[in-house]
Amino acid sequence: MPLIKAGAYARDEYAAAADDAAALPDGPVIVSLARFQKERAALIARNAALGVRLKAEQSPALLGEELSRLSLVVLEFPKFRDGRAFSWARMLRTRYSFKGEIRAAGDFLYDQLAYMTRVGFDAFEVSETITPDLFRRALAEMRTVYQPSADGRKTIRELRAMR
Amino acid sequence: MYRYDEFDAAFVADRVAQFRFQVERRLKGELTEDQFKPFRLMNGLYLQLHAYMLRIAVPYGTLAARQLRKLAHIARKYDKGYGHFTTRTNLQFNWIKLKDVPDILAELASVEMHCLQTSGNCVRNVTSDQFAGATDEEIEDPRPLAEIIRQWSSLHPEFTFLARKFKIAVGATPHDRAALQWHDMAVEIVKNAEGRVGYKVIAGGGMGRTPYIAQVMSEWVERGDILAYLEAVLRVYNQDSRRDNIHKQRIKILINAIGPEQMRARVAREFEEIKRMGTLQLPAEELERIRAYFAPPAFETLPDAMPTGDQDFEDWKKTNIHRHRAPGYAIATISLKAIGAVPGDISHVQLDALADLMDEYGMAEIRVSHEQNLVLPHVKKRDLPAIHARLKALGLATANAGLVTDIIACPGLDYCDLANARSITIAQKIARRFADLDRQHHIGELKIKISGCINACGHHHAGHIGILGVDKKGVEFYQLQLGGSGAEDASIGEIMGPGFGEHEIVDAVERVIEAYLKLRAPGERFLDTYRRIGPEPFKNVAYLEQLHAAH
Amino acid sequence: MAAPVHQMLTASRLVDGDVVYWRAGGWVEAFADGEVFADEAEAEAALEAAMKFVAENVVVNPYLFEVRVDGGVWPVKEREIVRAAGPTVRRDLGKQAEGIAPKEPAHPAEAVLGAEVKKADHVSI
Repeated sequence: MPLIKAGAYARDEYAAAADDAAALPDGPVIVSLARFQKERAALIARNAALGVRLKAEQSPALLGEELSRLSLVVLEFPKFRDGRAFSWARMLRTRYSFKGEIRAAGDFLYDQLAYMTRVGFDAFEVSETITPDLFRRALAEMRTVYQPSADGRKTIRELRAMR
Repeated sequence: MYRYDEFDAAFVADRVAQFRFQVERRLKGELTEDQFKPFRLMNGLYLQLHAYMLRIAVPYGTLAARQLRKLAHIARKYDKGYGHFTTRTNLQFNWIKLKDVPDILAELASVEMHCLQTSGNCVRNVTSDQFAGATDEEIEDPRPLAEIIRQWSSLHPEFTFLARKFKIAVGATPHDRAALQWHDMAVEIVKNAEGRVGYKVIAGGGMGRTPYIAQVMSEWVERGDILAYLEAVLRVYNQDSRRDNIHKQRIKILINAIGPEQMRARVAREFEEIKRMGTLQLPAEELERIRAYFAPPAFETLPDAMPTGDQDFEDWKKTNIHRHRAPGYAIATISLKAIGAVPGDISHVQLDALADLMDEYGMAEIRVSHEQNLVLPHVKKRDLPAIHARLKALGLATANAGLVTDIIACPGLDYCDLANARSITIAQKIARRFADLDRQHHIGELKIKISGCINACGHHHAGHIGILGVDKKGVEFYQLQLGGSGAEDASIGEIMGPGFGEHEIVDAVERVIEAYLKLRAPGERFLDTYRRIGPEPFKNVAYLEQLHAAH
Repeated sequence: MAAPVHQMLTASRLVDGDVVYWRAGGWVEAFADGEVFADEAEAEAALEAAMKFVAENVVVNPYLFEVRVDGGVWPVKEREIVRAAGPTVRRDLGKQAEGIAPKEPAHPAEAVLGAEVKKADHVSI
């Protein structure tokens, strides 16, 4: 699936490793939470970028202290209506000050991209229907926002105070 | 009332353009119905039995004359000349076409109105007391806080795909006119022992399949912390709610499952963190800035004598006039429950005429109550006879506020895709049966609420007498519940037994009311008598016909 | 031998939400013009054909519903009576005001059926 980052197509540097794959590929790899919890030390000792993929019901709190050693967290959308990942992304950015990539995977729509960006997603596994042009259009639909979020964007209240 | 500046205006304008693009894509098939549905719901658009229904937000039930005129215009141009006020103080149009909705939204935006989040799994319209700003009972006007909550919850990026809907109400009086305890979350403005004003937050109330009364989350939240606290509650709900069974996904289910103590602990933890980050603190200046929009009109010094008039006016005064905090003024309830009419409906003629009335008497606001009536909050007592006469000519002077014929009814099977039975027809039959005003006064305060299905939009769980329409082998049946309340003494109505047929329910209700009249102690409302003597006497008379038939 | 179940096929038009009925591979607005299926297989085939109109964004939510056929066609469920005619509390609106509501059969079986239902369903103590 195409990957969009910073409003443009990007190459996916990572390879996904199945839970039962004995050997891990070289280079950046994504594992499930289950595998991460089982092989934590070994995975972190690898001299390569590490990503963990979380299901919708799995809170980033489960990543523990090694979160800071991750360069990628993938958050799943089993169904676009399941909005838990919005809180998970927000938690990663604000509570844990996670600076790595937060990637959206699964069923999500053009109409959610702006919200996702606001709460801290910065990478998107998109279907072919979402092009970089459409992606940028989605982010520009609402010129103003009322509430603060993980993106640090100025709220209407702040803009008003600046006039 | 709140007035948009260029930022608020840009917000609604962008929202209109956003929905226009979504409709375009839907009509072209770039969005399936399954994908489109949540987004059209978040713009208030339902597909109902006859057409689309558009639910227009009336934030904390407050409207200006120019907004009434715009609603009248929309009723004429895009609908069939009338609208319906709901139990969440919104206005619904029943004959809308999908292709017209972007234009309708643009028209609404021109008078600072919208349909934002009036449906969908998000934070819904924030409701409040219809007497706000006029009653002497309140600690302060609850609407500035309601407006702040409205803004904070509009297109909130984290809480737009909740497990289910989330309804918030704000109150500030001991006597609860906004049914706070029936909401997913509510804020009660309170004073502590030192006389400082703060907020009590409750959560987990709700109607529907499994009714619950809300529980206390915090007895005291400081003013500056309130948004951080509300965000904490929403975050716990968004993270921890079930997502596997649509009937178990309201916050009431979560709180009941983990217990209020555990819920409070989870909320407290999130709250501490959000507060520490500081970005959601509510500065006193912002609260003041919003409060300035809600400053009451400059009250004149007027004699406090209540004028007298003909019998109709005297009758109207008995139930539809309430005490105002300023001498010489009164709060007037405009009943939308004319005997035999559709409860809560209003025509374009009435909307325009009310706008004219408001302009002529210098009244900047009109209010909507969750009981589907309207309220003029600041009426000079000396103007009451003339205003009453004008309302009477419009069919808006029914003298039944709070009486047995002041019935709440959802649209039901006459309009709604979700309904199992008609509710409006039952309301009309009951109203006609009890039309005699002397009889109504003899009965006293009695709140009947009728829902056409388990979704409970008619708030039947909170009715002193609640009626739920069900479908039994394709026939409309009606379940009777007694003893519910939506006020500060909130309680869930108790089901009396098997349902009644369409031709039996009104008789059953009448027998129940007659039993109350026989058994009541002096000064007791129906609700009081029910609570004192319990369901048995009422069950017995309700099923009397069946008892006779069985013997 | 059980009496045949008669069905019709209905949907909502996407663009305006209007109620429509299936007839010979397309949609009509008046209940009386809609096709009646006495055969389950025929009904299911029509429902499947209707899905093409969903895919082409003409209608949403097509479904089959039961009708009674004696002296005239009439929906079994109140919901379909309301959809076919309009709100019972506003007889001046909807299809009933446009003259395309279904006409209740002169001696409907439901008058007998309805009474039986009412008797049988009286509340038991």
